[in-house]
Amino acid sequence: MKNQSITNESITVVHRRDFLGGVFSAGALVLGAGILPNVLSSDADAAPTADAAWQPSVYLGLEPDGRVIIIAHRSEMGTGIRTSLPMIVADELEADWKRVKIEQAIGDPKYGSQDTDGSESIRDFYDPMREAGASARMMLESAAAAKWGVPIAECRAKNHEVVHAKSGRKAGFGELVAAAAKQPVPKKEQLKFKSPAEYRYIGKNVPIADLDDILVGRATFGMDARMPGMVYASIEHPPVFGGKVKGYDDAEARKVRGVSKTLTVPGFTPPYGFQPLGGVAVIADNTWAAMQGRRKLKVDWEHGPNASFDSAVYKKTLQQTARKTCKVARNDGDVDAAFAKAAKIHEAEYYVPLLAHAAMEPLVAVAEFKNGKVEAWTSTQNPQAVQDTVAKAVGIKPADVTCHVTLLGGGFGRKSKPDYVAEAAILSKQLGKPVKVVWSREDDIQFDFYHAVAAMYMKAGTDQKGHPVAWLQRSVFPPIGSQDDVNAKYGTFELDMGWVDVPYELANFRAECGPADTHVRIGWMRSVANIPHAFAVQSFTDELAAAAGRDRVEYLLEVLGKSRTIDLRPPKERKGPDPYILDTARMRRVIEIAAEQSGWAKKKPGNGRALGIAVHRSFLTYVAEVVEVEVDSKGGIRIPRVDIAIDTGKVIHPDRVNAQLEGAAVFGTSVALMGEITAANGRVTQSNFNNYPVARMNEAPVATHVHIVPSSEPPAGVGEPGVPPMSPAICNAIFAATGKRIRELPIKKQLA
Amino acid sequence: MIQLTVNGSVKTYDGDPAMPVLWYLRDLLELTGAKFGCGMGLCGACTVHVEGKATRSCVTNMSDVAGKKITTIEGLAANGDHPLQKAWREANVPQCGYCQAGQIMQAASLLAQTPKPTDREIEENMQGNICRCGTYQRIRQAVKMAAGVKA
Repeated sequence: MKNQSITNESITVVHRRDFLGGVFSAGALVLGAGILPNVLSSDADAAPTADAAWQPSVYLGLEPDGRVIIIAHRSEMGTGIRTSLPMIVADELEADWKRVKIEQAIGDPKYGSQDTDGSESIRDFYDPMREAGASARMMLESAAAAKWGVPIAECRAKNHEVVHAKSGRKAGFGELVAAAAKQPVPKKEQLKFKSPAEYRYIGKNVPIADLDDILVGRATFGMDARMPGMVYASIEHPPVFGGKVKGYDDAEARKVRGVSKTLTVPGFTPPYGFQPLGGVAVIADNTWAAMQGRRKLKVDWEHGPNASFDSAVYKKTLQQTARKTCKVARNDGDVDAAFAKAAKIHEAEYYVPLLAHAAMEPLVAVAEFKNGKVEAWTSTQNPQAVQDTVAKAVGIKPADVTCHVTLLGGGFGRKSKPDYVAEAAILSKQLGKPVKVVWSREDDIQFDFYHAVAAMYMKAGTDQKGHPVAWLQRSVFPPIGSQDDVNAKYGTFELDMGWVDVPYELANFRAECGPADTHVRIGWMRSVANIPHAFAVQSFTDELAAAAGRDRVEYLLEVLGKSRTIDLRPPKERKGPDPYILDTARMRRVIEIAAEQSGWAKKKPGNGRALGIAVHRSFLTYVAEVVEVEVDSKGGIRIPRVDIAIDTGKVIHPDRVNAQLEGAAVFGTSVALMGEITAANGRVTQSNFNNYPVARMNEAPVATHVHIVPSSEPPAGVGEPGVPPMSPAICNAIFAATGKRIRELPIKKQLA
Repeated sequence: MIQLTVNGSVKTYDGDPAMPVLWYLRDLLELTGAKFGCGMGLCGACTVHVEGKATRSCVTNMSDVAGKKITTIEGLAANGDHPLQKAWREANVPQCGYCQAGQIMQAASLLAQTPKPTDREIEENMQGNICRCGTYQRIRQAVKMAAGVKA
């Protein structure tokens, strides 16, 4: 969500020999690259005086035995980041990938942000990683030059050794480590980077680091973590958000073989933040016994004010709000005057429901509270949030929480919020032994931080040719800000996600945002508010094109207007050039590529089969998608082909970019076709994959073709931007195929 | 007392006969390759072989496997070199990896019965296994590679 590029990187030698409990040996040369303001000494002989002043984001260690150890400080949830970031370091270092060992970092503020979301990892850490690798390489070259008494310029690192071409002398990285550690660390301006032609790994398809372990069932996910002597817990949460336990009867639960105890988990104090929901925990000696015992609990609940929450009524409220003037978020020209002069007025309303993340691995954490400290193993996108949340929950300091990060069985934003880890810590503190909390699929779907429901109202005035001369749009949704503010009613950063940043060339444009109450927990899910906003804007554009009788691609390019850049930063922040400035030429290019590659011009609609297009820029990346749909006589939908054109700047790992886009097409298909969370009497209606379906092989796009635009622009986001264009592209294709306009998601049985 | 064979070794179990095989494997034997995803046989993450046939271990009770042979992903091939594992490696199928053991066990059962499956047979056989990351396209490709049928 940050648009600023990171500056002030610097590199220094780390002197702590006991770093991370012995990841590095005593003779290792360890480098850190800092991304936070310049507090580091680049003098190798001046050891950092206090850890507090030391804020590195990445560590790279060279061992005397020749191994290179790279710390992965971001979480692996399927994007390949545990491979891609180390690849950058290894490449600049000229390391042999086979001799690189990747170590997962524990949560620690010294790494800078470890919050793996917002499609930010490559964007924020590309430069620090290169600098760390290049610094170490140059120190090794200097060490070799000194050893041989030759000019540094004649020594080149190559595949894990330094070579002096003139004399044919060679020295391995391992044998140079001790001498390299005594070399001065190059200053940032002295760093020499490899040319792209020399890249060994960047731009190549290195298999992901955990591939072999995954294929034989040896990879460790949070669900697989264990601690000696641990017990298992299953927690009955309040069925209504904000509810509390009045009392409970556990007589039957305790009769279940393996169940040892039941305990109350306290509820949260508003605002809800990442706090546990509270409830009653059943403790047992295996997961199944805990779950069985829980089914036998009789709990008396105080449901609280959300007990009357009904999502159907709420939907009407949001829609009514969107029909009236709301808070203005962007206002260009005079929309109302232009409406009065327009040849024709078009209006449409769109709706996207609450959605659940439903990662394949339900939430799970193992934690032990011992001697005033907590040690936890969990699948988390944000180990520092685990430290903070657990610390608050059990009354200790964040520094006294050690969070080990396992592989994540999917995350999609849910695993940034560590309420489940706090539950394990709270129970361990009460029980005096390690506790593994395992959420069921029902817990996962019913107690999510839901993707916000949104109602959108769109209005355009067009001229004689059907070209828009005025555009008004309103978005009404419960804000993510409700996590931290009980009075939050309006979205904030959500409006930067495809709402105020619509890049159309329109003299009269107004974007508004309306208020909404919050009755369930709201959170970010893969591409966040870009989902409803792209759905509304891209569907409405298609409607206008249809009304004008125009080709959709031509019309889209026309509304986008002439090639130009748009600085989206607030005027106060416009200092210097924005490396990620919105460039409509790049957006135009992805539209043209997707159209061309899909055979847009040649494939005409017929027999229930047609193409649809949508474009959206999110996480600083431009994505255009052309979806081919086939609608059968019963309203069943098949997606034989998707073409995705993406301009995400420099690409580190093309195969993982392809994989993320292939996956985004499936995720977007689930959003469009079937995803919907509803509630009655304050309780979420859905509970498992039978009533909260996600796309299966037979429902997913059959073939997704990804077209990466070659670029030397700074790297942007990849994990999320493929999702937003999917639902409008699908619905636009359905309109082209059937004449039926879908304005509410999910499509479900609307075509039957 | 229930006797069964897991990945070639004989085991005895004297706990609750209603316990699903999944939790016996994961919590008691510490074989964690089979994953918990839904507990209702809806997602396929827990898929193992019972007598060579793909079975949802989260809805199969211990009493149902008395005297039977169970194979988990850990026991599919000695060195992780089953043709499907090789094809999976070749196609770089996994993203997060959580569902992949179940996918591979399901596909192995398919190929054992139908060595040269059609597209339709692959779809029909694999649609019980959810991948939320959306690796279906590569799963399809890898199954075909392993089967030696045209992609």
